[in-house]
Amino acid sequence: MSGPKRISMPKNLSNLGGLLFALIAIFVLFAKIVPNNRFQSLDNIETIARQSVIVCLVSLGSAYVIISAGIDLSVGSAAACSSVTVAASLAWLHLSPATALIIGILTGVGWGLINGILVTKLGVGPFIVTLSTYLIVRAAATGIAHENAIYGNPTWLDSLVSDVGKRHAWMLMPVGVWLTLLLAIIMSICLKYTRFGRHVVAVGSNEMAAKLCGVPVNRVKLAVYAISGAFAGLAGVMLYSRLTEGDPTAAQGLELSAIAAVVIGGASLNGGEGSIMGAIIGALIMQVISSGSAEKGLPNWVQQIVTGIIILIAVGLDRWRARRSLLSSG
Amino acid sequence: MKSVHVLEMLGISKTFGATNALQSVNLCTSAGRVHALVGENGSGKSTLMKILAGNYDKDSGKILLKGSDYSPRNPAEARHLGVAMIHQELALCPHMSILDNVLLGIESERFGWISSATTKQRVLEALEPLGLASLNLETRVGDLPIAQRQLVEIARALATSASVVVLDEPTSSLTEKDVEKLFQVIRTLAKNGKSVIFISHFLNEIREVCDDYTVLRDGKFIGTGIVSEKTDSEIISMMVGRSIEDLYPRSVRSPSETVITLDHIAGRILPQEVSLQVHKGEVVGIAGLNGAGRSETLRIIFGLDELYKGKLIVKEFGGMSTPHHRWQQGVGLLSEDRKGEGLALNLSIEENITLTSLKPGFLSLKRLALSANEFVVRLGIKCRNSQQPVGELSGGNQQKVALARLLYHGTDVLLLDEPTRGIDVGSKEQIYRLIDEGAANGMAILMVSSYLPELLGVCDRIAVMRRGVLGVAHPVQDASQELLMHEAVGA
Repeated sequence: MSGPKRISMPKNLSNLGGLLFALIAIFVLFAKIVPNNRFQSLDNIETIARQSVIVCLVSLGSAYVIISAGIDLSVGSAAACSSVTVAASLAWLHLSPATALIIGILTGVGWGLINGILVTKLGVGPFIVTLSTYLIVRAAATGIAHENAIYGNPTWLDSLVSDVGKRHAWMLMPVGVWLTLLLAIIMSICLKYTRFGRHVVAVGSNEMAAKLCGVPVNRVKLAVYAISGAFAGLAGVMLYSRLTEGDPTAAQGLELSAIAAVVIGGASLNGGEGSIMGAIIGALIMQVISSGSAEKGLPNWVQQIVTGIIILIAVGLDRWRARRSLLSSG
Repeated sequence: MKSVHVLEMLGISKTFGATNALQSVNLCTSAGRVHALVGENGSGKSTLMKILAGNYDKDSGKILLKGSDYSPRNPAEARHLGVAMIHQELALCPHMSILDNVLLGIESERFGWISSATTKQRVLEALEPLGLASLNLETRVGDLPIAQRQLVEIARALATSASVVVLDEPTSSLTEKDVEKLFQVIRTLAKNGKSVIFISHFLNEIREVCDDYTVLRDGKFIGTGIVSEKTDSEIISMMVGRSIEDLYPRSVRSPSETVITLDHIAGRILPQEVSLQVHKGEVVGIAGLNGAGRSETLRIIFGLDELYKGKLIVKEFGGMSTPHHRWQQGVGLLSEDRKGEGLALNLSIEENITLTSLKPGFLSLKRLALSANEFVVRLGIKCRNSQQPVGELSGGNQQKVALARLLYHGTDVLLLDEPTRGIDVGSKEQIYRLIDEGAANGMAILMVSSYLPELLGVCDRIAVMRRGVLGVAHPVQDASQELLMHEAVGA
């Protein structure tokens, strides 16, 4: 072995290409089996996009955490809690929708910072920390809401992820979708082109090496959990928007969907690699399966089996490809 | 030409609890020269280097770097002040590119955005003296062969304008060609005015690339001077405090029946064509370059990798097997990667030694501890007691634990993969003695090694593997370093 191994194509690009192909293939599959050509209608595509906003948003934050070799099991709870604080701000404190939105995001950031502090100070590992906050945060949300849902008065927040309707048909998609797309692009650029993004990858790839090189590892970790919290908070706002109520029992299992999306998108739970755009496509794949199954009338449990298999295939393919490139260069 | 002392470590002492790791040790190195730091494991040289690199604080003494006081609070600061430490386990992020790794922590950026033009320029400047400027900078470091990864880390040292570069056992995993390349790089570093500290167990390498030496033993400073003014045995005597007369003991061996037969065997990729017989009571060595397929051969015999072609017979068992069955058949493998594959680092010495021999049902912990202790004594494993986690031991003692497992189990066929890589002279001596005893008692030993003097000293027959093909096994008296090396490189 003397020279560097042959790299045929940037791994990321071929990864994204494969994912996009998978997304289209699954979409086409459902388009064929759902009657009345309903599935491929623009209306349906818009619906799928709208319904994927919440998972996409938490995936953006979770991607950073997972790439840094961490994990955040509390994002579902944080989103629920944030929907509660948004509703409470509107209904009880009579604050403006804009303020309520900010409060929602800050709720997420707050819980995220707590996660970050516990992870960096306690030394028990992010799995245990976020497992605890997963319970604590949802409990807090239930407490705040007095064990009920909180109904908010009608505001423009309600239209963030709803159908644009005839009046705003020019927008094609509601604000929430465009915002998610914009944030995805920003987070993707940040990961690749900023020093912070490089540091996140370095910490995930080899924390010891990063530390030796003077990367402020604890600060980076604190930041990624805060980011994860912020996106969970924003997702909570969207959650409120969709339900027009703050529901402490909502978003159960959101954290697992986020992890699934990020892993399908090419990240390894060991950290050091992953793609933001890949995570988005991963979230879309899961949403297409969900919508398609619903349209076809397939029961929930079938849908979940399909999703589970997709995750296995995606990760298996990724590992197989990595092993193959290792072997082909002898 | 007068040389200036760029690094002066004076009267350094360090105690860990009841252990005196360092007692008033001195180390002074000059710019533009390569300084060998020599000493067995336990000599204190790792502690000294950890103090230099900012991992530990010294208890007393003074350190001057370029004349000014030097006391880094952590490794990152040490790096900043100009001391670059290249560890054996390279501090690189395998998922990131060469570009990203070289400038990690010292990126060219404005308001957080990486400036790609300046970055590329700085990295090329660092790679050029190392002869790496032609590499594709986007290559993932994890995809590079280990020799080049090492050079990337050295490039990082250059990018930070280090004045002292410390290389910790840099040649353990390199081929002869890579070692030559590394030596060129070291000479370049010295020519550029750096002070290079070279830590190695291989005296022949020290002699080839180092100008000065400092010897430590048992935490004390023993001596320093110019390498060319001392013979190998003089340096070894300083290291071990006694003269090593017979590094390679050789008792009378009487090879008898064949226990391993390899008949034109091949693996999926490596090896490609191996035929060999190993008998009871003999030591057979396999020489060759890294990547030739030697480890793969052992793994196939042991059942870790697939046998693609050919016939494999071990004792009376034909065909492929599994590690589980091999242990039952009395065959043991000493892995090349003792930390990764050979030992459970967080488990105790006793647990590691007895792991393969546990009887079903309830275990008598007392009996296990006693019998494990016997081996600790017999092999001279330096530890607090047999309950100490193996991860806390030095490399040499870890290797002895791995070997103890094979002996404890009662194996009589040993497959050894680089059994003395990266360990001190004292431990090597003990392991050679154990191999010799084993062979004299009728064990069959098949040994892979990259250290030719070792093969010539220990083995009865030596075969050379080249690009997956094993040559004919020469009786040791017909073999020589030149002959073996020629066969290995195909010259």
